Amino acid sequence: MDIFLQQLINGLTLGSIYALVALGYTMVYGILGLINFAHGEVVMIGALSSLTVIRLLADSGLPGPVVVLIGLLAAALVCMALGFTIERVAYRPLRNAPRLAPLITAIGVSIVLQQLAMLTWGRSYHSVPPLLPAATHEVLGATFTEVQVIIVAVAAITMAGLMMLVNRTKLGRAMRATAENPAIAGLMGVDANRIIGLTFVIGSALAALAGVLVSANYGIAHYHMGFILGLKAFTAAVLGGIGNLAGAMVGGILLGVIEALGAGYIGDLTGGVLGSHYQDVFAFFVLIVVLIFRPSGLMGEKLAERA
Amino acid sequence: MAALLDVLNLEVRYGGIAAVKGISFAVEQGEMVCLIGANGAGKTTTLKALARMLPSKGEMRYRGDRLDRLPGHAPISRGLALVPEGRGVFSRLTVAENLAMGAYHRPRHESGEVAADLDRIHELLPRLKERRSQLAGTLSGGEQQMLAIGRALMGRPQLLLLDEPSMGLAPLMVQKVFEVVRAVAAQGVTILLVEQNAKLALEVCSRGYVMESGDITLADKADVLAADPRVRAAYLGE
Repeated sequence: MDIFLQQLINGLTLGSIYALVALGYTMVYGILGLINFAHGEVVMIGALSSLTVIRLLADSGLPGPVVVLIGLLAAALVCMALGFTIERVAYRPLRNAPRLAPLITAIGVSIVLQQLAMLTWGRSYHSVPPLLPAATHEVLGATFTEVQVIIVAVAAITMAGLMMLVNRTKLGRAMRATAENPAIAGLMGVDANRIIGLTFVIGSALAALAGVLVSANYGIAHYHMGFILGLKAFTAAVLGGIGNLAGAMVGGILLGVIEALGAGYIGDLTGGVLGSHYQDVFAFFVLIVVLIFRPSGLMGEKLAERA
Repeated sequence: MAALLDVLNLEVRYGGIAAVKGISFAVEQGEMVCLIGANGAGKTTTLKALARMLPSKGEMRYRGDRLDRLPGHAPISRGLALVPEGRGVFSRLTVAENLAMGAYHRPRHESGEVAADLDRIHELLPRLKERRSQLAGTLSGGEQQMLAIGRALMGRPQLLLLDEPSMGLAPLMVQKVFEVVRAVAAQGVTILLVEQNAKLALEVCSRGYVMESGDITLADKADVLAADPRVRAAYLGE
């Protein structure tokens, strides 16, 4: 039982991060019908640029959480600028091209960003200074750290804020209208380019946050961390129903929990043949199952609604 | 005095095919004008070009502005609204949100007037008030048409372009929609109406243009057109 609870806590932590990244995928898909495979790299750039700032300020005498917050703000600015630029340079010229063209471009952007990060930050693994409160607590035989609490809380607050933005504000209404029918939204005076640009900027800010949180969780960051994280978040978005914001959140958390529980029990279930390093298998197993049995995802809409 | 809308040699092409072949027409302030013609005559294309949904050649002057030089999202802020063919309501937004989208371009300091406009539209179209928190996709066709018109009115247009408001509606609903259109015109909104239901269009409008495969072939007062044997034979089923 304690393994179960322990892995549930770990899965929730990981899942909150997946959810933040999945939102970036699903927002862009909702408005452009594009899978932005470069999104995982934006997370990675967020993690590494925050790390650079955090290291610069580590000896400044500022309290740890303040340093992390400054690092997060810096990373958010970098990623927002990056997301805006990617859309402008790579995707906008292909807006009316066949769907395969922007998809391949996204993979290209992903490779470019990864190589640029390698040139900037090197190939080595960087350890992230433990600046957030790391004390551990015990509940019913399972332990959790304060970092984990912070991750889940920050992710939850951010996602609530995003839902408010999308469902309650004028900008959010315009985003939903543009996602449904850009030409008609244009008739209402909505500049689709501006809305699409903003969607990338918001998604990239979430990616920066996810980057900071994931490196705080593992205490490590490196130039290819975005690839697998991006794929898993994409899986989470598909699991929830791509294009659906609530689905991305549910899918992210669910995927985190499935992965953690799977990793926790796989050793026992296979008599020790497979160990917890098979953790990554579960995400892709889930992806395959979803694609076979429910391609529209848990909360995805039926296609008939689009008619 | 220049007309509210002046179109000169408007040409629209889809690839190599000219859908509108250099037409010229004008709409005066306060008029109700219709564009009638068969399927594929270029009526919808003309309206789309006016609303800057399609690239076009030729001059389109609206209150002295060159419409053809505006970006696609600008016409509504100059007071030109289009109720598109097939209504184009945002089916995943609520009725209230659809109406709010109609006022998207209006600045924040107008919010008092926007609220007053909403009250007026609720009065004109009480169904929309009843169903304000319902998703627009769940409305009937007639209600969606009302919503599309209400949404356009939320932008407080001086010129309203209506594309086939009767399409796919039961006769009773068509009558209702046209009552609303008349009421809107009575409030001083200039209307350019595209209709396949030529009889109805010529009844409510003061002037009309007949389009045939991309050209305007006839232009006259509505009653003259309605009496014209060519129009009667081709569009009034006689």
